[in-house]
Parts: sequence; structure tokens; C-alpha cells
Amino acid sequence: MKRRWNFSLWAGFLLVVLGLVSYVTFFVRFPITRDFPWANLLLFFTGAVLLGKGLIQSFRQPELYRGKILGSILAAVSLAGIGFFSYGLFYLVRQLPSSAAAPRLGQKAPDFTLSDQNGKPVTLAELLASPSAGTAGARANGVLLIFYRGYW
Amino acid sequence: MRSFQQRLTDFNTRAVRVVAISVDAPEVTRQHCQKLGFTYTFLSDPNAEVIRRYDLLHQGGGPKGADIARPAEFLIDSTGTIRWINLTDSVTVRARPEQVLKAFDDLKPAAPSGA
Repeated sequence: MKRRWNFSLWAGFLLVVLGLVSYVTFFVRFPITRDFPWANLLLFFTGAVLLGKGLIQSFRQPELYRGKILGSILAAVSLAGIGFFSYGLFYLVRQLPSSAAAPRLGQKAPDFTLSDQNGKPVTLAELLASPSAGTAGARANGVLLIFYRGYW
Repeated sequence: MRSFQQRLTDFNTRAVRVVAISVDAPEVTRQHCQKLGFTYTFLSDPNAEVIRRYDLLHQGGGPKGADIARPAEFLIDSTGTIRWINLTDSVTVRARPEQVLKAFDDLKPAAPSGA
């Protein structure tokens, strides 16, 4: 008797793969899905349920469904992927220095001179003296310094 | 970075200057800004001198173990005093523009007008 194609296994595996790649390529763009990867966890959960269903089918009804070996491999790869993702997103991203000696509230911000994206040196005092890029004259009401990791 | 560009007019109307700082070279940043349409000021601190002065160095946090800045945001008033700080404990969780705008609006009565 010809055994049935085990659709659940593949659908589950594809959802897990989608969950793995979609964080960096898509969900990271929106604060609501970046701050906590709930969209990816939802994909993993749905994928895992389908994989589980597929595995149960292939082991309980091997005469009906294919996928005992392949399903086990797909499930193991998925599990490793989800583990890798969790390690990155729940552990690695939190390994930041404590910055205990960072300037505190109420302190004067340490002055600096740095080159802007056009190679022009800029000081903090100059930033406070112009409210937006390209305008001078009026004083700024404030300066927001955003330190970021850089792009690579 | 994108979200601050999207809300830049809200910072401009409050005369709050938005400035980003990283170890990236000016040339790298210029191309990046052009590509993504960022118009605010990006400063380059290739030797992490200022980043160190602010105690924000993340040793080996960059590509191939390079030293980079950890994410952090400081709101400085017109007198140069730090009025609001955000030191995230996760790379993925950054200050949102709405948070900073609210912080600025909340402290405005106490801050000198700077006119």
C-alpha cells in the first residue's frame, strides 16, 4: 500500500525556518516585534505543534504515513534552531557592560569633538547652539545623544 | 535609528537636536545615511574615546571582537545638563522616540527656556 505524504512534518519545519529567518530580516524593524520576539515564538510554537502531529502520525501509523526518519531529522534540526535562536535573543543580546561609571542625571554632559558623516568636526557645545542639522543661530532646547553599535 | 528619523519633525519643533554616535567611520555612516534616508547628525568615534568617557564601551561586542558602543540614550538640556538617561539591558530593546519626546515634555517646566 502506498503511504501518504506527511504534510504536517514539512509545514511544521517550514514554519520553524520562517521563525528563524524572519526576526533579522523583518520583525527587527518594528519595536513591538523586536523588543520581545513574540511573533517568532508564535511561529516556533505552531511549527512545533505541526511537527509533533506529523511525528505522532508517522510513528503510530507507519503503514499510513511516511516520515519516521525524515521527521525525526526535521524535528531535531528545528529544536537545534530554536535553541540557537533563544540563546541569541534571550542571552547573548543581554551581555552588555553595566556602564556603572556613565554620566548621571543632573551632571553636565562631558564635552567632545567628533567628526560628523561629512567629516566635519562637531562639538557638543556647537550642537547645543543649533536646534537641527543645518541650522544655526537659535539655541537648541536640548540634544539627544543616541549611542549605537554601528552597522556591519 | 529609523524610528527617530520618522519622528524627526517632532524633535525639530521642540528644537531638540538628534545626534547618533558610534565607532563607524564618517564615510561608512554617510553611505548608510544616504541609503536609508537619515538626515540627522551622525558622529564618528572610531577610537571610542568619547564612548569610553561616557563608560559605554562594549569590549569585543562588535564584528571580529571589535570594541563598540553599547546602546544608550542621553537627553541633555540647553545648559548641557543630563536630564534623562536610558541604559538598556538588551541590544534589541532601544529607546523609542515617543519615550524621549515624553521625557522632554515632562521635564520642560524645570528646564531653563534656553531662548
